[in-house]
Amino acid sequence: MAQANRSIEVGTGLFVLLGFAALAFLTTQLPGSGLQLERAAKTYAVVAKFDDIGGLKVGAPVAMAGVRIGQVTKIVYDTSVYKAAVTLTIDRRYDHIPDDSDAAIQTSGLLGANFVAISPGGSDTFLRAGGELQFTQSAIVLESLVNKLFANFSSNKDSSASKDSGEGKKGSDKTSK
Amino acid sequence: MALSALGKVGSISLFLVRVLGQCLPALARPGLVIRQIYNAGARSLVIIMLSGLFVGMVLGLQGYQLLARFGSESALGMAAALGMIKELGPVLTALLFAGRAGTSLCSEIGLMGATDQLAAMEMMAVDPVRHVVAPRFLGGLIAVPLLAAIFSCIGIYGAQLIGVTMMRIEPGTFWSQMQSAVGLRDVNEGLIKSVVFGAACSLIAVYEGYHAEPTAEGVGLATTRTVVTSAVVVLLLDYMLTAAFL
Repeated sequence: MAQANRSIEVGTGLFVLLGFAALAFLTTQLPGSGLQLERAAKTYAVVAKFDDIGGLKVGAPVAMAGVRIGQVTKIVYDTSVYKAAVTLTIDRRYDHIPDDSDAAIQTSGLLGANFVAISPGGSDTFLRAGGELQFTQSAIVLESLVNKLFANFSSNKDSSASKDSGEGKKGSDKTSK
Repeated sequence: MALSALGKVGSISLFLVRVLGQCLPALARPGLVIRQIYNAGARSLVIIMLSGLFVGMVLGLQGYQLLARFGSESALGMAAALGMIKELGPVLTALLFAGRAGTSLCSEIGLMGATDQLAAMEMMAVDPVRHVVAPRFLGGLIAVPLLAAIFSCIGIYGAQLIGVTMMRIEPGTFWSQMQSAVGLRDVNEGLIKSVVFGAACSLIAVYEGYHAEPTAEGVGLATTRTVVTSAVVVLLLDYMLTAAFL
C-alpha cells in the first residue's frame, strides 16, 4: 500500500511539474517580453525615419531584393524631426548591409500589405545594431495618387470643355454670319 | 420541461455551493486530493499529449495551405500559437477531460451510491461530499489548466514540426512572428478559460454521479449525461468567455 501511494505521489508530482513547466514556457517564452532564452540575440535593430509610412504596421517584413531578412518591430513618431521612426529588426545572418543603404516602403501587389525594401548602397562600412538608415523613401499613398490623377483629369476636361464652348461660339458666330 | 431544466440548474448551483464549502476541509487531507489529481491529470497525460501533437500538426498543415495563398507562410507560428493557446488548448482539453476523466468520476461516484457506500458514510457521520466529492472536484480543477498548458505546448511543437521541419519555414521567423504576436494577455485568456472549463467539467461529473439513480442503468445514463452536458456547457462557456475577453 505504501508502495502504491509512493508511485501515485511520484506520478502526480511529475504531472504537476510538467504542467507548470508548460505554463512557464507559455508565459515567458512565447510573449515577446524580453525573458527569452537567447533567440533575441540572433537579430539586430536599426532605425529608419520616414516622412509618411502609409499603411506600414508592426510585424511587416523587411526585404532585400525581395528576400525577407527581418521585420518591423516598432513604429513611433519622432517629434524632434517630425518623422515616423521605424525600428527594423534584421536577422543576424544579414550583417553586411552597407550603412548608406536606402529604405523604401513598398506595397506587395497593387493593394497588398506594406513592407520595407532595403536596396544596398556602396559604402564599405556596414549597419550595426542601433544604426540608422539615412536615405528613406516614403510610402506611395495610392489614394493621394488617385486624387491627383482625378484632379488632372477634371482640370483637363474643364479646359477642353471651355475650348469646345469657345469653338461652339465661334461656330455659332459663323452661322449667324 | 422548462421547469425541470430550471430545477436542474438550481440543483447544480446548490451542489456547487455545497462542494465549494467542503473544499477547504478537503484540503486538510491532501492525500485524497493528490490521488484525484493523479487519476484525473497524470493518467490523462498520454491522451492529452497525443491529441495535442496531432491537433498542432493538423493546424500546421491547414494553416500553411491557407497562409501560402497570401504568401505569408511565416505567420504560421503566430496563427498556430494563438489558436492553440486561446481556443484549441482549453476547449479540446476540457472535452477530452470530460470523456476521459469526467466519465470515470461520474461512474465511480454513481456506483458508490448504487452500492450504498455513500449512505454508509453518512451513517458513520462522515460527509460524503467532503470525503468523496470535494477531492474529485478539486483534482479536476487543478488538473485541467495544467493539462491545457501541456496540450498547447505540444500543439505548438506539432505546428513547428510541420511548418519548420516539413515545409521549411525559417525557424527564426516562425518564432519571432509568434513572439511578437502573442501577449501575456492571450496566455492569461487561455489559462482563465481552462480553469473555468475544469471547474465546469468536474462539477458536472461529480453532480451527475452523486445524483445518479442507484441502478446499473441509472449510472450508465448519468455517465452519458456527463459527457453530453460537459461538451455543451464547455462550448457555451467558451463563446461567452471569448466575447468577454474581446
